[in-house]
Amino acid sequence: MNRRQRVCDGRLDMKGQRPRRCCGFSRLRFVVGPLVLLPFLIIILSSYANAQNPNPQKKNSCYECHINLEGRFGDPARLIKNDIHYSQGLLCNDCHGGDPTQDDKNAAKDVRKGFIGKPKPTDIPAFCGKCHNDAALMKKYNPALRVDQEKEYLTSVHGQLLKKGEQSVATCVSCHGVHGIRAVSDPLASVYPLNVAETCAKCHASADYMSKFGIPSNQYEKYKRSVHAAALYDRQDLSAPTCNDCHGNHGATPPGIASVANVCGQCHVRQAELFQASPHKTVFDNLQYAECIKCHSNHDIAAPQDSMIGTAQGSLCITCHKPGDKGWVAAGEMRSKIDQLLAGIARSQEILNRAERAGMEVSRPKFDLREATDAVTHSRVLIHSSSPAELDKVADPGLSVVAKAYQAGQAALAELRYRRKGLAVSLVFLLFLALLVYLKIKEIERRQPV
Amino acid sequence: MRIAAIKKWFDERLPLQTIAEVAREKEIPLHRQTIWYYFGGMTLFLFTVQVVTGILLLLYYRPNSESAFESVQFIITEVQFGWLIRSIHSWSANLMIATLFIHMFSVYFMKSYDRPRDLTWVSGVFLLFVAICFGFSGYLLPWNKLAFFATKVGTEIAGVVPVVGRPMLRFLRGGDDVTGATLTRFFGFHVAILPATATALIVVHVLLVQLHGMHVPAKYEGQARRMKFFPNFLLRDLIGWILAIAVLAALAAIFPWELGEKADAFAPAPAGIRPEWYFLFMFQTLKYLPAKILMFDGEVVGILAFGLGAFVWLIIPFLDRTDSHPRRRMVFTIFGIVVVLYIAVFTIIGYLT
Repeated sequence: MNRRQRVCDGRLDMKGQRPRRCCGFSRLRFVVGPLVLLPFLIIILSSYANAQNPNPQKKNSCYECHINLEGRFGDPARLIKNDIHYSQGLLCNDCHGGDPTQDDKNAAKDVRKGFIGKPKPTDIPAFCGKCHNDAALMKKYNPALRVDQEKEYLTSVHGQLLKKGEQSVATCVSCHGVHGIRAVSDPLASVYPLNVAETCAKCHASADYMSKFGIPSNQYEKYKRSVHAAALYDRQDLSAPTCNDCHGNHGATPPGIASVANVCGQCHVRQAELFQASPHKTVFDNLQYAECIKCHSNHDIAAPQDSMIGTAQGSLCITCHKPGDKGWVAAGEMRSKIDQLLAGIARSQEILNRAERAGMEVSRPKFDLREATDAVTHSRVLIHSSSPAELDKVADPGLSVVAKAYQAGQAALAELRYRRKGLAVSLVFLLFLALLVYLKIKEIERRQPV
Repeated sequence: MRIAAIKKWFDERLPLQTIAEVAREKEIPLHRQTIWYYFGGMTLFLFTVQVVTGILLLLYYRPNSESAFESVQFIITEVQFGWLIRSIHSWSANLMIATLFIHMFSVYFMKSYDRPRDLTWVSGVFLLFVAICFGFSGYLLPWNKLAFFATKVGTEIAGVVPVVGRPMLRFLRGGDDVTGATLTRFFGFHVAILPATATALIVVHVLLVQLHGMHVPAKYEGQARRMKFFPNFLLRDLIGWILAIAVLAALAAIFPWELGEKADAFAPAPAGIRPEWYFLFMFQTLKYLPAKILMFDGEVVGILAFGLGAFVWLIIPFLDRTDSHPRRRMVFTIFGIVVVLYIAVFTIIGYLT
């Protein structure tokens, strides 16, 4: 046996001393070795896999070449894996033309084979529209998708300016991205509802960029403070409006004075209806006031407060109405009715809670009281009619619900007092009865001891 | 004259004289532990309260998931004194279990199960099982949220028993989930099967007690004075029952039994689901058990251990025999103390955590 074998048999180490774990490790290395190499193997294999043509069914020389390029020349190949078009089986040449079956650069980029290269901003709407305007073609991929985006875009402020040759306005790629275009329903898409405001803000929140067009750049900052943003981001309510819900998306444009109510009325239907029928409508039209915005503002719309109506300090009504005029009186009446309802609900809730804490069953009147809360919500909507009579139709039944709930609370507390009194009386009676039995026992045992 | 005629008419047909004779002859031993003799009678009295209030509740209760909760709500808000009947039924159920435990442990520690009273013990333990089933089935009947989820958890625990668990769970629930079918089923158990079983067992239990008379602990044997059952002991019993009514009335008026919110199968389980207090020590134990004990599921081991424990408890008189060595008998007393301490400690922990 040579020295090495003896070392590995655990007899001696290389210095001739007995090693402690030489042999154990000697066996283990066959296991440990591959285990140590495994992560490297995975990294190497995955890198190799990444470098493969993302759509291996078709020859794609564009990808094969661009994936090896640095910076902006390599980006298209790196981004394309997440692209909706790519996932539908489209290749580079489907947009850019050329021949991806050719390995030679010049042959692949042959203009005779329709090679376009990078389109100019002014050409982009038509570039995308080539397919997206084609209803027959789009049906193959997504029958629900609209095919009028380009047409609509050209009506937008962006489109109008582009037509005039302004190259720095937003085109399709400014919002949807290039090569990494994702479906609107993809949460990572730049046009997913939660990301729309950030996408618009890329340009519109930049004071430098906007100065050129003479428009403010604080809309995004204001929007983030609004009740709509709170619903969208805090409650993750995707139906809450973001930029495109009011301005349109492809046809983005600021709504004019006449169309503001229509914009808000898309969601706030009842308020818009009531306003249209209210005396305010004509006055606002005459004064060229942008209906909803006049009281609620636009981008930084705060959650409406009851303090916005009425005749107290801070009310919006008194910015136009003077003491004693018809509107002043109506505002005061409406606010007073809502305050009455709120105070009544609080009072009823308090008495019902008190009864409940004492162990009384008041869940039914508590449930019924919800009708009064509904009446408050409805009344707040009816303010848009500017008619105290309309508001009373809802608020008065609410007030009677409140009164009934309060009575139920009072009855529960009265019942509680009755029970306590009844208990006291019955306890006296029962203890007296027990005493009588006790005396009877004593009497029996006096006559006849145990 | 007429009363005498009626008495004679009954005497000819029923052994009233014999019963009266037995009652007159029956005596209760008097010693320092006589107080424990009252708890059997108290449990029976509270059972009677349950029967009476239960029948009254039946007049209004509707056993289906759509209207069970509403019917109980109606009982406690609209029916005259309905709140009192419902609260007394709930409080009395709990007091009955408490007096039943006191009665059982007093019998255990006084070794009153010694031959020939071993069968009396067995019938008593069966009555304990029936009482627990009463509690479990009755808890669900108001169809409130807490009861719904507690029943879900409770039946799930029954479901993990090997082999019979799954069929038992389906039998208890009337399907795979706790639904209206479970409620109807539990109602059937609560008002028909269990009362019939309990009545039969009570008859056997009481007859056996009458047959063998009251047991006197060995310590007091020979020196015990005696008291007539009728009227001396029965009148003392009566005082206890009157006081029990007073306590029930006070509890019902001061701490009315809560109804809670209606059960909703789609609502998330409320925080702090816990079973009735008499199941708490078992529930707490199951919580403490590790997921795996050796190669077995911890919960399964726990449930099987409880099953085994209940079986041992049932056959105690046959393990702790009268003629055994006193030291061996002492082991069973210590076992009893350990059981009481275990139940007490785990119940308290269950309440505090």
